[in-house]
Amino acid sequence: MPSLILKTATRLLIGLILTFAVFLLLRGHNAPGGGFSAALVAGTGFALFAIVEGPAVVRRAIRVAPLNIAMSGLVLAAASGLVGVLSGRPFLTGIWWIWQAGRPHELAIGTPLFFDVGVFFAVLGTILALILALEED
Amino acid sequence: MDAETGKPSRIGRISAALPFGLLVALVFVLPQVATGHVYRIQLHWIPSLGITLSIMIDGLSLLFGLIICCVGFFVTLYAADYLPDTSDRGRFFVYLHGFLLAMLGLVFADNLIGLFVFWELTTIISYLLIGFENESAAARQNARQALLVTGTGGISLLVGFLLLGTIAGTYDIVQLSRQFVTVREDPLYLAILLMVLFGAFTKSAQIPFHFWLPNAMTAPTPISAFLHSATMVKAGIYLLARMHPILGGTFAWMGTLVVAGGITALLGAVLAIKASDLKRLLAYTTISALGILTMFLGGKTTPALTAAMTFLLVHSLYKSSLFLVVGIIDHQTGTRIINRLGGLLKSMPATAIATVTAALSMAGFPLFFGFIGKEIMYKGALTEEAFPVFATAAAVLANSLLTAVAGILIIKPFLGRQSTTPLIPREASLAMCLGPAFMGFLGLVFGVVPDWVGRWLIEPAVRAVHPSMEEIQLKLFYGFNEPLLLSILTISLGSLFYLIRQPLQQAVGSILMHIPLRFENIYTGAIDGIAAAARAQTAFLQNGSLHRYLCIIIGSVIIGVGLPFVTDNQSVVSMQRPDATFVNWLMIGIICLAVIAVIVARSRLLAICCLGVVGAGIALLFLTYGAPDVALTQLLVETLTVIIVALVLLRLPDLNARRTTPLKVKLSNAVIAVSVGTLVSLLILAVNSTELDLTITQFFEANSYLAAHGRNIVNVILVDFRSLDTLGEIAVVALAGLAGYALILKRKVD
Repeated sequence: MPSLILKTATRLLIGLILTFAVFLLLRGHNAPGGGFSAALVAGTGFALFAIVEGPAVVRRAIRVAPLNIAMSGLVLAAASGLVGVLSGRPFLTGIWWIWQAGRPHELAIGTPLFFDVGVFFAVLGTILALILALEED
Repeated sequence: MDAETGKPSRIGRISAALPFGLLVALVFVLPQVATGHVYRIQLHWIPSLGITLSIMIDGLSLLFGLIICCVGFFVTLYAADYLPDTSDRGRFFVYLHGFLLAMLGLVFADNLIGLFVFWELTTIISYLLIGFENESAAARQNARQALLVTGTGGISLLVGFLLLGTIAGTYDIVQLSRQFVTVREDPLYLAILLMVLFGAFTKSAQIPFHFWLPNAMTAPTPISAFLHSATMVKAGIYLLARMHPILGGTFAWMGTLVVAGGITALLGAVLAIKASDLKRLLAYTTISALGILTMFLGGKTTPALTAAMTFLLVHSLYKSSLFLVVGIIDHQTGTRIINRLGGLLKSMPATAIATVTAALSMAGFPLFFGFIGKEIMYKGALTEEAFPVFATAAAVLANSLLTAVAGILIIKPFLGRQSTTPLIPREASLAMCLGPAFMGFLGLVFGVVPDWVGRWLIEPAVRAVHPSMEEIQLKLFYGFNEPLLLSILTISLGSLFYLIRQPLQQAVGSILMHIPLRFENIYTGAIDGIAAAARAQTAFLQNGSLHRYLCIIIGSVIIGVGLPFVTDNQSVVSMQRPDATFVNWLMIGIICLAVIAVIVARSRLLAICCLGVVGAGIALLFLTYGAPDVALTQLLVETLTVIIVALVLLRLPDLNARRTTPLKVKLSNAVIAVSVGTLVSLLILAVNSTELDLTITQFFEANSYLAAHGRNIVNVILVDFRSLDTLGEIAVVALAGLAGYALILKRKVD
C-alpha cells in the first residue's frame, strides 16, 4: 500500500505532468520537446499513477486499449504523409496552412504537427502497453 | 445420408462472370490473332530497368488464355455448388479468381520480370488454395511442400532470367527471341538453361520434382481441376514453349527435355495404374501428360511442336473434365476409393456420360480429339532430333497405359455391381454436371472438326513458338501410315494392360518397394535438416540468457568495428585537452563513481538505480554542452528505464540474492567491457580529429525556419526533413511493444 503522501501528491501531479506533456508536444517545433519526449513524460506520469492506484484504474481512465493508441499513432503519422501525396508531392512532404493573425503574428499549422502527434501516440501507447502489462499480475 | 450439403454459393455463381467475360473478350481477338497479328499493350513499370508490365497476345498466349478462362468459368460454377455451405466460401472464390488473374498475367506478360512476378503469384496463391482446408494438418503440410518445391524453382528461374537479361541487354521476350544466336553462343547459356529448366520442371512436376503434385490433391477438387490439370502445372509447359525460340533447339535443350519428359511420362502412367484413389490416379496421369508435353517441346520440328500444342488442348479438356467428375463422385457418394465404387451408371447417368466422353478422348479413340492428338504425337515423335526411338517408345507406352487407366475410369465406378457407399448416390446438380459434360463434349466436337481447331487455335500457337512455313494440318485420317499403326498398337496394348492390370499393379508395387531412392525422402530430409540446423543455431545463439546475447552482440561490434579500425591506418587518434569546466569534471566524477557502484552493487535494485545515475549524469553533460533536446530525451528515457526495469525485477525470483559468478566469467566480462569501452572512446577521439563536413548542418540551419516553420532543428529534422526515418522508427517501437506485450502475456498464461 503506497504512502498517503505519495498518493495525494500523485493526484495533484498527474494532471500537471500530462499538461506538461501536451506543452512539450506542441512547443517541440520551436523549442526543446516534441512528440517523443512528450510521450516519455506522459508515460512516466501514467507509470506513477499506475504504481499508486493500480493498473486497472489507469486502464479505466484512458478507456482505449494501449496498443490501439500505439497503432492509431502509426496510422496518424502515415496519414499525415499522405496529405503530401494527395497534393502531388512526395510522401511525407510537409504541407502548411498559414493563418495571419494580424502582423507580425501568424499561426502555421502543418502536417508535421500531426506527424508529431502520431509519434506521441505511437510511443505513449507502446509504453503504456508494457508498463500496464508488467504491473498486472 | 443425403448428398445435399447446403445452398449453392450465390457469390460464387455471380463471380463466374469474371472468367466468362474474359473468355468472351479473348474469343473476340481470336480472328485477328489467328491471322498472325500480335496484340501488344505497353505499360511501363520500372522504365529505368527496362521492366514493363505489358500485355502480349499471340497465338501461344491466346491458346493458354482461352483454356484458363474456359476451365476457370466452369470450375467457378462447379465450386459454387460443390463447397459446403460455410462462411469460408468467400475466401475460396477470392483465391480462385486471384489465381485466374495471376495465371492470365503470366501467359500474357511480354517481359521476363513481369512473367516472373506472376509466376510467383501463382505459386503463392496455389499455396493458399492447396491449404484451403487449413485446419487439416495434411493440407497444410502438402501446401507447404508444393510451395517450397515450386518456390525453389521460382528462385532459380529468377536467376536464369536475370542472367538472360544481362547477356541480351533486354527483358523483352520478343526482342530476346530475335537475339537467340547471341544467347545460344554465350558461355553462360548452359547455366541459364539449367536455371530456367529447374523452374519449369518444378512447376510442371517433372521428374525428380513430381512428388508434390499427388500430395497437392488435398486441395478441394475444383482446385485440383483448375490448378493441377489445366493451369498452374501448365505454367511450366508455357514457359518451355515461350523459351523455345530463345533457348531451344540446342542439343542440351532437346536431350534434357526429351529424356526427362519421357521418363516422367512413363513414371506417371505406371503410378497411375497402381493408384487406388481416383484423385491421385488423375494426378499421376497429369504427371504423365506433363511429361509428354515436355518431351515434345524438346523437339524443334513443326510436327513435334504441333503435337505439343494439340495435346495441350486435348489434355486440358479431358483432364479438367475428369477431375470435376471425380469431384462429383466424391461429393455424391462420399468416397473416391476405386474399389469401393461400382454400378453408378443407373443413379448418375449424366456424370457417366461426361466421364465416358472425357475418358475416351484420353484413351485416344477415333472420332475424339484425343485420337488426333495421338496421331500427331506419333508423327512428331518420329521426327524428334534427339532420341526419336526413345521418344516414340515412351509415347506409345505412356499412351497405352493411359488408355488402360481410361478403361479403369469408365468401367470401375460406373459398371458392375452397385456397391454400398457412405452416401446414397444420386445425380449432381446441373451446374456441377455442366462443366465436365461441356468439356467432354468439346473433346468430341474438336475431334470431328479438327481442321477448324487446327487453323484457329493450334496453328497460331505453333507459329508463335516456331516460325516456319511448313504446313500444319489437323485431320481425322491421315491415311495408312506409321502413326496409324502405332495408334492401333497403343489401343491393343492399352486393352492388354487393362486386362492384366492386377498382376501389373503387383509388379509395380514390388518394384517400387525395391527402388532405394525416393525423391520425396530427399525433400523431407532437406526440410528436417533445415529444422535441425535452425534448432541447433537457436540453441546456441538464443538460449534465453541475456548475458549470452550481450556477449555476442558486443563481441561482434568489437571484431567487426575494431578490426578495420585497427588495421586501417587512416584514422588519426589525437588527444586534445578537454574543454570542460569544474562542473563538468564533477559530473564526470559522479558518473565514474556510479559505474563502480553498478559493478560492486550486491542488489539488482541498487545496480539499476546507479545505472540511472550514470544516465542522468550524461544527460546533464549534454545539457551543459548545449544539446537540451538530447539531454531531455536522455533524462526521460533513463527515468522510464528505471521504472520498467524495476517492474521487471519484481517478477524475478531472487531480488537480493545475487548468484556468485565464477571468476572466469567475471574476467571475460571485464575483458569484453574494457575492450568495447576503449574502442568507443578511440572512435570518438578519431571522429573528433577529422574535419566535420558541415554542408548538411548548414542546409538544415538555413531551411529549418523558412521551409519547415520550426526553430528547433532537432525536431524539424525528426518530423519533417527525415520524417520517413522517424516513421520507420515509431513502427519499430510499436512492433517491439507488441512483441514485448505478447511475451508478458505468454508468461501470464504459462
